Amino acid sequence: MPHLITPHLITIENSGERFQSVDGMSVLAAMEQARCRGIPVGCRNGGCGACKVRVTSGQYRTGKMSRAVVSVADEAQGCVLACKTYPQSDLGVEALGRILQTGPSRATSFSFAIPRPESPRSEREA
Amino acid sequence: MSLTGVLRPGHVAIRVLELEPALKHYTEVLGLTETARDQKNKRVFLKAWDEHDHHSVVLREADEAGMDYMGWKVDSPATLKKLAADVEKSKLCQDLAWIPAGEHPGTGERFRFTVPTGHAMELYAEKDRLGNNCGTDGPDINPLPWPDNLKGIAPSRFDHCLLYGDDLDGTCKVFRDVLGFGLSEQVLLKADPGTMIGAFLSCSNKAHDIAFIRQPVKGKFHHASFELGSWEKVLRAGDILSRHQTSIDIGPTRHGITRGETIYFFDPSGNRNEVFSGGYIYYPDKPPLTWYDDSLGPAIFYHDRKINESFLSVFT
Repeated sequence: MPHLITPHLITIENSGERFQSVDGMSVLAAMEQARCRGIPVGCRNGGCGACKVRVTSGQYRTGKMSRAVVSVADEAQGCVLACKTYPQSDLGVEALGRILQTGPSRATSFSFAIPRPESPRSEREA
Repeated sequence: MSLTGVLRPGHVAIRVLELEPALKHYTEVLGLTETARDQKNKRVFLKAWDEHDHHSVVLREADEAGMDYMGWKVDSPATLKKLAADVEKSKLCQDLAWIPAGEHPGTGERFRFTVPTGHAMELYAEKDRLGNNCGTDGPDINPLPWPDNLKGIAPSRFDHCLLYGDDLDGTCKVFRDVLGFGLSEQVLLKADPGTMIGAFLSCSNKAHDIAFIRQPVKGKFHHASFELGSWEKVLRAGDILSRHQTSIDIGPTRHGITRGETIYFFDPSGNRNEVFSGGYIYYPDKPPLTWYDDSLGPAIFYHDRKINESFLSVFT
């Protein structure tokens, strides 16, 4: 009889998407497998910060994440990278990533981020 | 000798979050060879098979991913002194420092400086030769075309980096006016052609030895690239990356800029790597090729004709 692990339910609060955890897979990998799109996918390896989320409910453990994108204070507030977050219960997450943009403006053009005082990307350096 | 001054990108120092998975990626998947280890500073030195010098990649375990610095080999100790003086005189760079010989194993003294985009660069003239292991009657005598026992993708050399930073004009001035690089290709804003948003620079016959894209950040790393001999090897690289379940960013595809055939992927710390083939021969009298931002899609990814979501926003 195979050992069955009850999957956890993960909810992306921004998009309302729900998907099940997969044993041994990060939140982001399980999301990609479930063909959901609510969390932006970047390097998938804890370095770039694209998949940064705030965990709003539930238990989890994390792997090593680049301090350039997740500070100690971030981590204490439950702000982590979905690619390095492994659920240990049902989870609610809110995507914080800077490339979460959908709609026609994204499809037809992009911002080249020419330096301006009101640069929209400054949160990455925070 | 007609290629003088700065000869080539000689090394790139990359920060990794955990050394062992990184080493497995760079040796077994990418297929570089470990040449030295520095236990004290948690550094490992590696080279690609066709490089003669001691190392071209340095991995250092750290809390942040990204690039520590990039090193450039120059043709002689005299050139090293001259270019160091020129960099100092230009007043364009910061944090000027001499790193003593031996700080990198088998390497002479290095002159380090930070260019206006926030990237640390080094010049050095001397590095021990380990050879490419192809000689049949002694090193470099009657060589084989390639050595036995290559692992993984096995690129021939570390080739170039693409870096992101804010003061693109200042950094271009350092590379062109002080270090003698040529501009092979540029990306300009159509609405304001005086504003350059991408610069592809060559110190050699290669289509680029380094590239910068203007972004409102300092010292960021987009990718380190390694050379393959053919398009078929880029396809084979894709096979190897999938077999190892490596995180692939995009490709195999073609760049419009430089015409290179490419695949982008990520190391286990999220640093982007590229292996590529092709491109063209650059000569200093070749006019710069110009792209405008409204054609940036095909300039970057010629087949998709659009930039993927991660190109501009995913870096370390």
